[in-house]
Amino acid sequence: MNFWRTLRVAWEGLTLNKGRSFLTTLGLIIGVAAVIVMMAVSAGAEAEIADQIDALGANLIVVMPAFQPGGVAGMGRARSGLAYPDDLEAIRQGVDGINGVSAEQSTVQEIRTGGNTLSGISIVGTTADFLAVRQSAVALGRFITDEDNTRRNEVAVLGSGIAQELFGEQNPLGQRIRIGSVNFVVAGVMERKGVVGNTDYDARVYIPLSVVFQRYSTSRFGGDTLNTVLVSAESRGAMEQVMQDITMVLARQRGVPTSEPDFGLMTQDTVIQAAASTTEAFRNLLGWVAGISLVVGGIGIMNIMLVSVTERTREIGLRQALGARPRDVRLQFLLEAITLSLIGGLGGILAGVGGSYVFGELGTMRTALVPMSVPLAFAAAATVGIFFGYYPATQAAQLDPIEALRRE
Amino acid sequence: MTRTEDDQGADDVEKRVIETSGLTRVYGRGDVAVHALRGIDMTVDPGEFVALMGASGSGKSTLMNILGCLDRPTEGSYVLEGEDVSQLNKDKLAGIRNRRIGFVFQSYNLLPRLTALKNVMLPLMYNGHQSLSKGEMRERAVSVLEAVGLGDRIDHRPNELSGGEQQRVAIARALVNDPSLVLADEPTGNLDSKSGDEIMALLRQLHRSGATIVMVTHSAHDAAKAQRIMALRDGRVTARDLGVEAARRLESVTSLEGEAR
Ligand SMILES: Nc1ncnc2c1ncn2[C@@H]1O[C@H](COP(=O)(O)OP(=O)(O)OP(=O)(O)O)[C@@H](O)[C@H]1O
Ligand SMILES: [Mg+2]
Repeated sequence: MNFWRTLRVAWEGLTLNKGRSFLTTLGLIIGVAAVIVMMAVSAGAEAEIADQIDALGANLIVVMPAFQPGGVAGMGRARSGLAYPDDLEAIRQGVDGINGVSAEQSTVQEIRTGGNTLSGISIVGTTADFLAVRQSAVALGRFITDEDNTRRNEVAVLGSGIAQELFGEQNPLGQRIRIGSVNFVVAGVMERKGVVGNTDYDARVYIPLSVVFQRYSTSRFGGDTLNTVLVSAESRGAMEQVMQDITMVLARQRGVPTSEPDFGLMTQDTVIQAAASTTEAFRNLLGWVAGISLVVGGIGIMNIMLVSVTERTREIGLRQALGARPRDVRLQFLLEAITLSLIGGLGGILAGVGGSYVFGELGTMRTALVPMSVPLAFAAAATVGIFFGYYPATQAAQLDPIEALRRE
Repeated sequence: MTRTEDDQGADDVEKRVIETSGLTRVYGRGDVAVHALRGIDMTVDPGEFVALMGASGSGKSTLMNILGCLDRPTEGSYVLEGEDVSQLNKDKLAGIRNRRIGFVFQSYNLLPRLTALKNVMLPLMYNGHQSLSKGEMRERAVSVLEAVGLGDRIDHRPNELSGGEQQRVAIARALVNDPSLVLADEPTGNLDSKSGDEIMALLRQLHRSGATIVMVTHSAHDAAKAQRIMALRDGRVTARDLGVEAARRLESVTSLEGEAR
């Protein structure tokens, strides 16, 4: 019997018991859906990491104070911050191959103009090198300068969104705004940058770092000390050398041995690793779910095929009597199993694509559908069908025609 | 006219359809072994219509299964149209069943979910030697269904047909690949006498058109429609050309035997 006719016969066999066939495919539907969701979540996590790297800026080195061994965790002198401006200056002067050194210290304040009030705005104190380090640009006016920092000028550079909200069509340059209880003059407006990672760059306001320390700092972080210093290397290749130099220069500056620095360095690679390890656990879990459901689904198919062979023994005997060879019978039941699996695969693809979408929409997890996962899932389902359909199909093919015909 | 042992040698030119020698079939082994056939030598010539009688358990069905290539003998040879088929493999036997043998069962054995037409088309589907198109298959199936008088029932399913009609569908199915041998194991066994007579009339008509038929029956009335009656007892051939009167006696004996059980 030719392939297509056998496929027809297999299909007719399946439609004999639609409800049962559907229930049998449920395991596979779950398995295939899990494969697709898993891949979508992985891809989403990767995109998330890529965004974090973007947010960090390429070739960025983050310098942080280290936890002090011996201090009680989280208390007293558990951390001793990096000094402003001395540590910054030491790196700027002592390390070659860098685009800039910057620091950011944020506070959340209310902004008022003559008519408008915006509350809960992120105010970022920083230095002139911010532009180089964060790969940002000014659209209007100027950015914070070194002079602003040394003189503690009360000038502000607005994110594009803030400028729009406060001044609309009006020119913001030279306008007065009140941030918390301090009056500032608007010196510039940033270019649109949008949301990167979790940060909406357009909804921030930049002021000199020294002003944050003077006007908004609480003593919690120890006065004029920083939690992070950001260094941008000129190239990825230069990173290794730059990191070594920073360690040496900063250790000398802070009077600690280079072998036991009281600070640490972090790069995008460290961030990638950290992010990857958290998503990996989830990915592994889903991978196991997918694998186990595929196997369970396959066993379900094998089970139902064995039942089907038993129920239809007489039919098999008759077909043999009419000239079906063992291989014709095997192909018929194998195709039945494969068809069943492929239906499961199709259902799984629908459920998986839908599931990925719902996951993404709910915001529980970022997902990005991987086009390859669809043929992959289909192939997985087909493989399960062949693998678990083979045994029942062979059982059917090996039946003795007379025995089979005699069965009730 | 009936053939006898003596004149068989005369037409060597024409190959015998069936020629067996020393066929035995043992079910199981050791203490529980059942010797269903104990050395069957028989011949059937082209165009013959042979009835096979014998008590229940005498080995008729066992013999028919071997003649139909559904089973292989334990010992002995079976030459079908000049080819020894007694030790062929499963694939070869399937091919022979498909193209050279038409088997009619006592219980019709139609697939319940298929229409009469589809049931008759089944053997065509497994005929790898002839790749007929769907349309050609349909055409052939329709023409045999018409030949058995069911031209107006082709789209009926078995549960919409009477027993006699179902058996006619089964006969159409046996004929659709134009076999050289038609085997029928108690084809009227499940039918009332009227339907049984219709089936017998059909088989006779088939015989007149040249078919070679071997039929198992318990009824002397049916056996009388055949050209020659063979008798089996305990796995051995006891008569090769039994007269109708003898067949009647045999029938009463076997039915007595049947009652004695
Ligand atoms: N599969 C089997 N296993 C064991 N013994 C069997 C098997 N098939 C048949 N037999 C035995 O072989 C003998 C012949 O059986 P067979 O079916 O050929 O008889 P029969 O002449 O067709 O009888 P009936 O007229 O009742 O159909 C019987 O004794 C039967 O019990
Ligand atoms: Mg029998």
